Amino acid sequence: MDKLIGWIDDRFPLTKMWNEHLAEYYTPKNFNFWYFFGSLALLVLVIQIVSGIFLTMHYKPDGATAFASVEYIMRDVPYGWLIRYIHSTGATAFFVVVYLHMLRGLLYGSYKQPRELIWLFGMFIYLALMAEAFMGYLLPWGQMSYWGAQVIISLFGAIPVIGDDLTLWIRGDFVIGDATLNRFFALHVIALPFVLVFLVIAHIIALHEVGSNNPDGVEIKKNKDPETHIPLDGIPFHPYYTVKDIVGVVVFLFFFSIVLFYFPDGGGYLLEHANFIASDPLKTPEHIAPVWYFTPFYAILRAVPDKLMGVGAMFAAIALLFFMPWIDRCKVKSVRYRSGIYKANLAMFVISFVVLGWLAMQPATPTLTLMSQLFSFFYFAFFVVLFVTSKNESTKPVPDRVTS
Amino acid sequence: MKNATLKKITTLLLAAALMMPVMAMASGGAHLYEAPIDINDKESLRRGAKAFADYCYSCHAASYMRFNRIAKDLEMSEEDVREMMIHTRGKKGDPTKIGELMKVSMTSDYAKNAFGTAVPDLSLTARARGADWVYSYLRSFYVDPYRPTGFNNTVFPDVGMPHVLWSLQGLQEPVYETTMHGDVEVEELKGFESVQAGTLSRVEYDMFLGDLTNFMVYLAEPVQVERRSLGWKVLLFLVVFFGFAYALKKEYWKDVH
Repeated sequence: MDKLIGWIDDRFPLTKMWNEHLAEYYTPKNFNFWYFFGSLALLVLVIQIVSGIFLTMHYKPDGATAFASVEYIMRDVPYGWLIRYIHSTGATAFFVVVYLHMLRGLLYGSYKQPRELIWLFGMFIYLALMAEAFMGYLLPWGQMSYWGAQVIISLFGAIPVIGDDLTLWIRGDFVIGDATLNRFFALHVIALPFVLVFLVIAHIIALHEVGSNNPDGVEIKKNKDPETHIPLDGIPFHPYYTVKDIVGVVVFLFFFSIVLFYFPDGGGYLLEHANFIASDPLKTPEHIAPVWYFTPFYAILRAVPDKLMGVGAMFAAIALLFFMPWIDRCKVKSVRYRSGIYKANLAMFVISFVVLGWLAMQPATPTLTLMSQLFSFFYFAFFVVLFVTSKNESTKPVPDRVTS
Repeated sequence: MKNATLKKITTLLLAAALMMPVMAMASGGAHLYEAPIDINDKESLRRGAKAFADYCYSCHAASYMRFNRIAKDLEMSEEDVREMMIHTRGKKGDPTKIGELMKVSMTSDYAKNAFGTAVPDLSLTARARGADWVYSYLRSFYVDPYRPTGFNNTVFPDVGMPHVLWSLQGLQEPVYETTMHGDVEVEELKGFESVQAGTLSRVEYDMFLGDLTNFMVYLAEPVQVERRSLGWKVLLFLVVFFGFAYALKKEYWKDVH
């Protein structure tokens, strides 16, 4: 065995990479609950790729047969139903873990110097993930697939001058049709997964270059053992965090399986009822709502009366997150040592995000529209308040070493 | 101390997440009757399959479903299913095979002429509309001389489908009650009044519909019984696996603190 590894090491940096990224990658020893979601996101990515490969073996990206081929997978392919539900539940799980992973970043200031690029790669992953999910949702070719895509693509039509041509270019036809389905399939199964995997690798390489942040926001590299040069508060990722993450994986799979086996359509929120009707360009469903993970941004879009302004606000809501490392000017990273203003501001941001998500799933009424406007305001206020208050924030003293 | 904020945020998130479905339910549509569904009741499913074959299938298709799947899942012989459901022949004149999809010969052009609309496929209706909707819809036909079929429906107003079950249910008329909501008069449906009895009593008819709806719920997702039974085995495995994983973690982390 050693001989084989030696043979490989002479030709490929196997042991070097193993050590750099696992066995000698020193990680703060005080990771808490919030630090499970990075490795879980990686797990879900693998689940989606593997289940997706099996789905493509039976799915037909053709306007005339796509809907029936999904039912064929559900009924005639052995364990096709399991693969399909794994993939559809996985989409939701992906966003759950990614949202919690991003919230972790906000809680402990993981986007701050020197980790700005990690955050930016992460935001691009999030963007690619949204595109991936959106295009994947068209493929079952049900009513909600069709009309949801219709709504989203028409948003690009709001862009002045080029809008109409742009939507035509995206659809490949004057209406959503076979051409749209085919290109979305190509992008969903080839282009975007490539982009995602590439970005994930960049995200992890950048992380391992600077080292992980932790719940105290203390740089563990500042306190090294004078002889071994190993951070005093660091432990090797493998085996400590590999065995810990396995526990996280099992707990995650438990909840994942509950949804998968007992609530695969999530009461109409994960697989929407209207999506069990084959797409029909002549019949608009009564109530078109995007899947839950897009709803906060959809609520912001609907809150603004003017379409172009609404689209602008929606894109701004995502774009602002990219600039977090520069909007937040406070030197203290962790929420543990930051001011009450920051805590209240962040809490309000999280609440706004959740409430906006709920609002977009409801049919628009005057009261709910007013609420959407109010919470959209709170959403954007987070960034303004943060920029203004963070420069001279009254923070608590940060310890030299990690606590507990 | 330091965890207090985190706990607060987590609690808020959980509270918001738990509230969402409750609030979403509150904004419902028309009142529906609750369908008596028991997907594990094979007797009921078999009666429902018979009702489906006698009254629905042949105008309505279930074109994502195969005949022999019903035989397998409902524990019937393929011969019985053939007897019950297959009355058609293929292009060459040979009888439709048991392994084929449950298609129908009525074309959508013919249906548009006869009923004003294409006849929807019923494979997934119970998933798209819900079991309660199917059950309530089939209960809510009433006599309406202004409709071409002589019937209308309170759950699906001006529906194109004739009341194919009228000989079983008999004829009924809706009873409305007018109430005042502020200054506005609102007509609310209170129920139905029988005008002419059918061959089934009211209770028998409801049971008949219950079986039919049950079958349609099965038809919409034939794998659901297997899905749930595989589910608890997977969960049980994960619980056991958790014990080992946690013990392993504990063992490794002894020397960290």
